[in-house]
Amino acid sequence: MGTLEAILLTIATAATPLLIAAIGELVVERSGVLNLGVEGLMVMGAVAGFGMAHLSGSAWVGIICAIIAGALFSLLFAFLVLTLVTNQVATGLALTLLGLGVSGMIGEAFIGLPGIRLEAISIPVLSEIPLIGKLLFGQDPIFYISIVLTIVVMWFLFRTRAGLTLRAVGDSHGSAHALGISVMTVRYLAIMFGGACAGLAGAFLSLVYTPQWVENMTAGRGWIALALVVFASWRPLRVLAGAYLFGAITIVQLHIQAISLAELEFLPGVIFWLASLVKSIPSQFLSALPYLATVIVLVLISRNRRLTMMNTPASLGKPFVPSR
Amino acid sequence: MSKVPEHGATPLLEVRGLTKIFGELRACDAVDLVIAKGEIHSLLGENGAGKSTLVKMLFGSLEPNAGEILWNGNVENIRSPGQARSLGIGMVFQHFSLFEALTAAENIALSLDKETQIDTIAEKARALSESYGLPLDPYSLVGDLSVGERQRIEIIRCLLQEPDLIILDEPTSVLTPQEADKLFETLERLRSEGKSILYISHRLEEVKRMCDAATVLRHGKVVNHCDPQQETAASLANMMVGEEVTSAARTPPAEGQEGEVLIEVKNLNREPATPFSIPLRDVSLDVRAGEVVGIAGVAGNGQGELFEAISGEVIQDSPSVVRFRNQDAGKLSITERRLQGVGFVPEERLGHGAVPEMKLSDNLLLSRHTTDSKAFLGGLGVIKHDTISQTTKRINQEMDVRKSGEDPEAAALSGGNLQKYIIGRELDRQPAVMIVNQPTWGVDAGAAARIRQSLIDLARSGSAVLVISQDLDELFEVCDAIAVMHNGELSKPLPIAEATFEKIGLLMGGAEPGHVEHDHGT
Amino acid sequence: MRIELTKRPQHSVLFSALSPFIALALTMIAGGLLFATLGKNPFDALYYYFIDPLRETWSLHELAIKAAPLILIAVGLAVCFSSNNWNIGAEGQFVAGAVVGSIPPVLFPDVQMFLVLPLMMILGIAGGAAYGAIPAFLKVRFNTNEILTSLMLVYVAQLFNDWLVRGPWRNPEGFSFPGTVRFHEYAILPQVWPDSGRAHWGFIFALVAAVAAWFMMSKTLKGFEVKVLGQSPRAGRFAGFSSSRMVFFAFLVSGGLAGLAGISEVAGPIEHLNEKISIGYGFTAIIVAFLGRLNPLGIVAAGLVLALTYLGGEAAQISLGVSDKAARVFQGMLLFFVLATDTLIHYRIKLAMRSHASGGA
Repeated sequence: MGTLEAILLTIATAATPLLIAAIGELVVERSGVLNLGVEGLMVMGAVAGFGMAHLSGSAWVGIICAIIAGALFSLLFAFLVLTLVTNQVATGLALTLLGLGVSGMIGEAFIGLPGIRLEAISIPVLSEIPLIGKLLFGQDPIFYISIVLTIVVMWFLFRTRAGLTLRAVGDSHGSAHALGISVMTVRYLAIMFGGACAGLAGAFLSLVYTPQWVENMTAGRGWIALALVVFASWRPLRVLAGAYLFGAITIVQLHIQAISLAELEFLPGVIFWLASLVKSIPSQFLSALPYLATVIVLVLISRNRRLTMMNTPASLGKPFVPSR
Repeated sequence: MSKVPEHGATPLLEVRGLTKIFGELRACDAVDLVIAKGEIHSLLGENGAGKSTLVKMLFGSLEPNAGEILWNGNVENIRSPGQARSLGIGMVFQHFSLFEALTAAENIALSLDKETQIDTIAEKARALSESYGLPLDPYSLVGDLSVGERQRIEIIRCLLQEPDLIILDEPTSVLTPQEADKLFETLERLRSEGKSILYISHRLEEVKRMCDAATVLRHGKVVNHCDPQQETAASLANMMVGEEVTSAARTPPAEGQEGEVLIEVKNLNREPATPFSIPLRDVSLDVRAGEVVGIAGVAGNGQGELFEAISGEVIQDSPSVVRFRNQDAGKLSITERRLQGVGFVPEERLGHGAVPEMKLSDNLLLSRHTTDSKAFLGGLGVIKHDTISQTTKRINQEMDVRKSGEDPEAAALSGGNLQKYIIGRELDRQPAVMIVNQPTWGVDAGAAARIRQSLIDLARSGSAVLVISQDLDELFEVCDAIAVMHNGELSKPLPIAEATFEKIGLLMGGAEPGHVEHDHGT
Repeated sequence: MRIELTKRPQHSVLFSALSPFIALALTMIAGGLLFATLGKNPFDALYYYFIDPLRETWSLHELAIKAAPLILIAVGLAVCFSSNNWNIGAEGQFVAGAVVGSIPPVLFPDVQMFLVLPLMMILGIAGGAAYGAIPAFLKVRFNTNEILTSLMLVYVAQLFNDWLVRGPWRNPEGFSFPGTVRFHEYAILPQVWPDSGRAHWGFIFALVAAVAAWFMMSKTLKGFEVKVLGQSPRAGRFAGFSSSRMVFFAFLVSGGLAGLAGISEVAGPIEHLNEKISIGYGFTAIIVAFLGRLNPLGIVAAGLVLALTYLGGEAAQISLGVSDKAARVFQGMLLFFVLATDTLIHYRIKLAMRSHASGGA
């Protein structure tokens, strides 16, 4: 396996959790709810996935439990912001803080335990095609789920009546209520879908990406997923592109940190000199790259106020109390 | 033309003792109502009389506390708009229930209960709209459409459900007189097709012209069932209001000498700030001391943008495009413009003219923290609560603001009382210039008369008053001249003696200013 | 069955005062249940959490030490949140304040005079404020969501600090442990009552900040401006208040106070800069701000309560063998209950037995 192929593969691995969590949050935000608790939901998914896989011995049991855990945990958020009409920003933060706390406590028992890795699929022959074979036909199952999920969400939002209803609720909950659409039901379901996705994304981290449990192992990925939704202007395909862009940034900086200059001595003079220059950047600065990139990307995408206003679901974050 | 239903025939809809209570307010109190087949039935009442509450119960979006609804003689418990639709009740909302980010066809699809291909819906909508003479592009985004076009979508959406009863909530309040005529034709055609219509309005002329029967509501109770053809506009008004409400007395402006120009807007241009806002193009206008000038126009033609520009909520590029009392104001902030002696009253009461969750006395500071800083603020910017409470009390007395408690939160007041307070807050400063956007929108008749009179009195005492309003009756009542805003452009003002509903209506519909003769403003 | 809310015509004064206490009571009940499921006696656990740390003077000092940064940061956040600006990167501004404030003792260790400490405090405030100004600038200039940018900058600040204390600022005599030299005596915050415990001047700063912020918010035009822009931006514009300037004001105040908290920690109990200074005070302070209902005086009380959960967590771990992670669960639950009970202030809650076709869940 060549270095390039390895890099491409790891990019997909880094992008997949971001993609899944962001697609879930996209659906939530399209329904007019801002859930800032993605980080907390992911970390709950990660601990539930790891723990149940460990107890049952099956990675798949872990995955299913992580999805359920994410959906249930998001129900707490839904109850507060929908039924009790609490502030969505504050409640999302609360979800993240609680998720980090609870997962830390549950996960104490799992620290240092060997993980169970979800095995990759390997389609014979096809997966042996150079460069792209393993990328397209030899990955873990969740990679394929993430791609299918993106396409299904796209189809759902723009090709089905239920999706139209969801977009309508996000555009104007007042009008939707007047027409007899149950804003509450739509939003409860959307939030739980988002929670399930975040749970799955978390399980990917603890069962595929690094099959073990480390406290706070999501390391801000939930927040990056939130930023991706803004970056993507609430469109699924752009979320896909954004997730791979961030995956690439993460992986490239990791590879720069890992590679030793000795391995690069074959390079021609100038390029070697450049490479050694890059290598002289402290590792902390390289690690900060994904976070800085998030800020820069947000700036670039938000600076066009008109466009942002056009794309943002008009009811996003606004409280809704149905009058009966 | 009016068809009296056969005696004894089962009415299409019968309502008995319908009651809705919000907190301590009986919004609808034992309301009875009978609508025959093929009848246009008017529901009359002031703002706050309970009309909207009643129709929301009929359409299933509110749940009654008591009473029953009979549909074709059968008791029905209408629990949702979907159920109302399946019975055959359609609704055209006053504030529209449309989705701006979706297309017309998608909007229509959302209220059809069957899952239908969007293209099929679009074709049906196009065909239906053409047959009623209400042309509509099903693939246009609602956000890009005018108010009149949006109402068409609501009507077409309602008709596609083939209802037997169509409820229209204040449909003409957003239309030009000519558009309203078009609507009446459509309604008469629907009646001739055997459909019943429940027509909600407070415009008596329309009701007399078109309706076969009327039910009048006041403070949530039915005060009368009558035949509007047998009544005069005055007798209907008395039933609605319950007391003699005199309209504002417009004393003629001082003869002979023309007042000094106090408001001067010259070639004001403004780019749209949001995707759905209207650019202003070359707006010019003078208002002199002693006069009230009105700006008419259908909602969403740039009036809000104009108010923001004149008030200084948005600052202009050049100092001389807006001048007050012979001083440049274009580059001044709203606070600096207030210091020039200008008072402003915005359209929205809650969230713009007042902070809903703040007390009235705190809301006093909103527009007067700098103009009256000597009186209201001490060292370090410490607020003198004594003084602001006293001033608030004075305003409340002056404007007859009725409220529960000494100093309630703004949101706890009725629309009319809060509006009286917001207007009084500015009048209390005796501004040389006053600019008011929609002075009596959604306000009861008593409060409206008081507000209008106070604006006329202010002008006659030597101030210049500019009134932006969608309500033509109001403008004809208070103004000395009326200009019309259409699509971001402002016509020249017509002196009131020359202005008629028809002329103003044509300008509101976008007729070239040249079509209407005028010679004011020279 | 479903829950129905009706808006109160005016907010309830009773529940405004009561809601934090209801939330606290609910948290204790839920916490008790949590301990019971872990097989611990819930009353013992709650005793160690909420009573035991209050029994001795030295322990009260520790409480003040923990509470000081929480109160300082939360007071700033209260001003910020009241203006509807969501700075959730206080943790980063805390680190920035600690780093910038440490410049004098680390880079100029030979300058030893009483002016050093005030200078460090000012630099700490400046560092936190400047770091807070970044998301403010991005929001005003580029319309960028301040929640996400301020949070991303937390990670950046932590990594930068990590690089400093392992790299250029590392104490050469520190046996390759990360961390700067120990601060000299002129760079250490004095203790308030050295005879009875370690509590230092950071706690005094916190009290002064709380009183000053309370005065500003409830008595002055500036506080009025903050609240108007926070509750109704459009009314704020009508009043002639600038929302852009308010974004900067809110972030400079909250960033500055977070920076002061940062340098007070480093110059106080820690006495040098290291890679472990960031332990989440900036996030816990969000809970403090809400528990104090964004009222600076309420925040003093709330800060002490949250500080208690840290100490109580340690006490319960020692005495009962409960994981110290339970403290964070407590804190998270507390914020949930605070937010939920806040609903009572603006709404009447009614349980409706009959479900309605379109009423929803």
